[in-house]
Amino acid sequence: MQKEMAYSFPDEVLKHVFSFIQSDKDRNAVSLVCKSWYEIERWCRRKVFIGNCYAVSPRMVIRRFPEVRSIELKGKPHFADFNLVPDGWGGYVLQWIAEMAGAYPWLGEIRLKRMVVTDESLELIAKSFKNFKVLVLFSCEGFSTDGLAAIAASCKNLRELDLRESEVDDLSGHWLAQFPETCTSLVSLNISCLGSDEVSFSALERLVDRCPNLRSLQLNRAVTLDKIANILRRAPQLVDFGTGNYAAELQPDVFSNLAGAFSSCKELKSLSGFWDVVPAYLPALYSICPRLTSLNLSYATIQSPDLIKLVSHCPRLQRLLFLIQVLDYVEDSGLEELASSCKDLQELRVFPSDPFGVEPNVSLTEQGLVAVSLGCPKLQSVLYFCRRMSNAALVTIAQNCPNLTRFRLCIIEPKTPDYLTLDPLDAGFGAIVEHCKDLRRLSLSGLLTDHVFEYIGTYGKKLEMLSVAFAGDSDLGLHHVLSGCESLRKLEIRDCPFGDKALLANAAKLETMRSLWMSSCAVSFGACKLLGQKMPKLNVEVIDETEPPDSRPESYPVDKLYIYKSVAGPRFDMPPFVWSMDEAVKILH
Amino acid sequence: MENSVAYEKATELRLGLPGIDEPAVLSSVKNNKRSLHDEKSGENGKSAQNETAPPSKAQIVGWPPVQSYRKNNFQQAKKSESECGGIYVKVSMDGAPYLRKIDLKVYKGYPELLQVLENMFKFTIGDYSEREGYKGSDYEPTYEDKDGDWMLVGDVPWEMFIRSCKRLRIMKGSEARGLSCSGV
Repeated sequence: MQKEMAYSFPDEVLKHVFSFIQSDKDRNAVSLVCKSWYEIERWCRRKVFIGNCYAVSPRMVIRRFPEVRSIELKGKPHFADFNLVPDGWGGYVLQWIAEMAGAYPWLGEIRLKRMVVTDESLELIAKSFKNFKVLVLFSCEGFSTDGLAAIAASCKNLRELDLRESEVDDLSGHWLAQFPETCTSLVSLNISCLGSDEVSFSALERLVDRCPNLRSLQLNRAVTLDKIANILRRAPQLVDFGTGNYAAELQPDVFSNLAGAFSSCKELKSLSGFWDVVPAYLPALYSICPRLTSLNLSYATIQSPDLIKLVSHCPRLQRLLFLIQVLDYVEDSGLEELASSCKDLQELRVFPSDPFGVEPNVSLTEQGLVAVSLGCPKLQSVLYFCRRMSNAALVTIAQNCPNLTRFRLCIIEPKTPDYLTLDPLDAGFGAIVEHCKDLRRLSLSGLLTDHVFEYIGTYGKKLEMLSVAFAGDSDLGLHHVLSGCESLRKLEIRDCPFGDKALLANAAKLETMRSLWMSSCAVSFGACKLLGQKMPKLNVEVIDETEPPDSRPESYPVDKLYIYKSVAGPRFDMPPFVWSMDEAVKILH
Repeated sequence: MENSVAYEKATELRLGLPGIDEPAVLSSVKNNKRSLHDEKSGENGKSAQNETAPPSKAQIVGWPPVQSYRKNNFQQAKKSESECGGIYVKVSMDGAPYLRKIDLKVYKGYPELLQVLENMFKFTIGDYSEREGYKGSDYEPTYEDKDGDWMLVGDVPWEMFIRSCKRLRIMKGSEARGLSCSGV
């Protein structure tokens, strides 16, 4: 009887139903219902997301999902962004490409983040996938413009080429000319990361000319202001545009040409780029400002009054990223203006212009953020660098913005206390986790004791990612987080006095997370080995660039530790300074 | 090497102060094996600009958490604001395995530039004349200008040269002679 129920719908019907189910979570749930659903589902899964490229092997993915058209892979741990992961650590994509070349001839989309991509990998992509449409290399490295030339030349229906934040060896600007004249399919092109050598501008113009569906274009710094009008006039349908250099001597005809070109872009909603801004050219944007929902000025070295003027023309702004200058007058007033004019603001990011300076005359304080929290009730995502904070301010922010999903605060000097009371900032961050019930991502800073972790463990039930630096007093802090945060997937810790106890007591928790990073903490080599031996579903890797961890007593702390769940076993591409704690792997290199 | 006593001790969650058998608790920055001033540990030499960041205090690796491309970008901008920009151009020489980079802003004129090139690549440049270019050597210094054309170094006034020069190439042999013979 039960068997009949399972087969009451023909496979084709189930397949059709499943095709409406896009999210991985739902598809995973579907595959658990019964064996036949598992089978049907795996044959029709088209999109795979792998948050850690070492959690599973290419072969395993291919075996389970034979008909994938789109893959997303992430490589290095997040702290690689801040130079904490040594070069050569890993995250190579070549083996994935090689295996998929054989198994997925119809693969159309590859999205990579923090991976090492060589020219060889790019050439293999160009050669192997006849229907290739989308290549996103987010914060990747290891390739040159030669590899890009191969992609441009071979991928006849390329829709998206996005190289954001990647490090590219810029050998020649002529790779753009490799796009054949027949290529008219581009929808999105992001070359903002390319070096200061000139991109072949005439090739770029011709490409833009023949791609009527181009919606998103981010130029690189080498493209000068006078060239913008030419590009925009060829692509008035653009929705998302990143300028190159926005500096030039003010010339009336250049200005009016530019203003005219911008105003002809009736769909333009998002702007970025703006390296080296000459303020006199900002008014050229005024005609499109009322439509703008996203503005990234995080490279724009402009002064506060010009910023305020610009932003006051953008009432619909939902997303604002900008760079705060250390100036003579208070920058908070700029944020106050912003708070009064951009009521729809959802995301705010404020970057430090002088991260290493010890300037005492701070022009941006916690007041700016408090003002935005008061004026912008839809605020969901915050990244804020500043030099002072108070518990009172954090409590106010928490109460004003209960809808926060991402809160990242970086007080530049480690272990800075509440500047009013000199207390730790436990209560302030505690208020954040308590009031913001949907908080998914949190980064801490300032002076913090174990108490803040108690709050986080108690209230942070939806917290998925936590970043901790220079905080806590003892293992109890780590224990609170590991035992309390039910949804925790990624935990990254640096320079905290967390040792073996909490880690070993919560070893099972680690199997439910994607990864744990701990550097400059107090976890002993002995504890790492123990974890490696007792937890076969985890890869426990010790990183030490100076000497092998077993050349010292077992009680000595390891330099860096990266633990992640994996069904693929220990990896084969570890460099000499990474040691696997897996029993089966020889520890001595 | 598994030691059951150590295992029990390791998994025992205590709330008191650390016991005597525990390793010294790290003071965060001091025990960092990397020197405090070496902000680029582990990085290759690509982001040379980072080295010029003014170390007003000891810098901690990876702190504050600002991504390298942002730091590079800002420092380039800061330099150009305060010093009106260094003009860095790549210099290649035919037959040399790798390129060099120099800051044209640093030199006061052609004689100084040519001297530097001679020292850098260990060769001699001939004597320059407006009519015949460089005579007396197999090498000729050339540059690519803003329009993408290859020009002989020395033909235009120095100020105009440093504003329009995109890269330098020390040509060798017949190709070089061809350039000088082609006249103005």
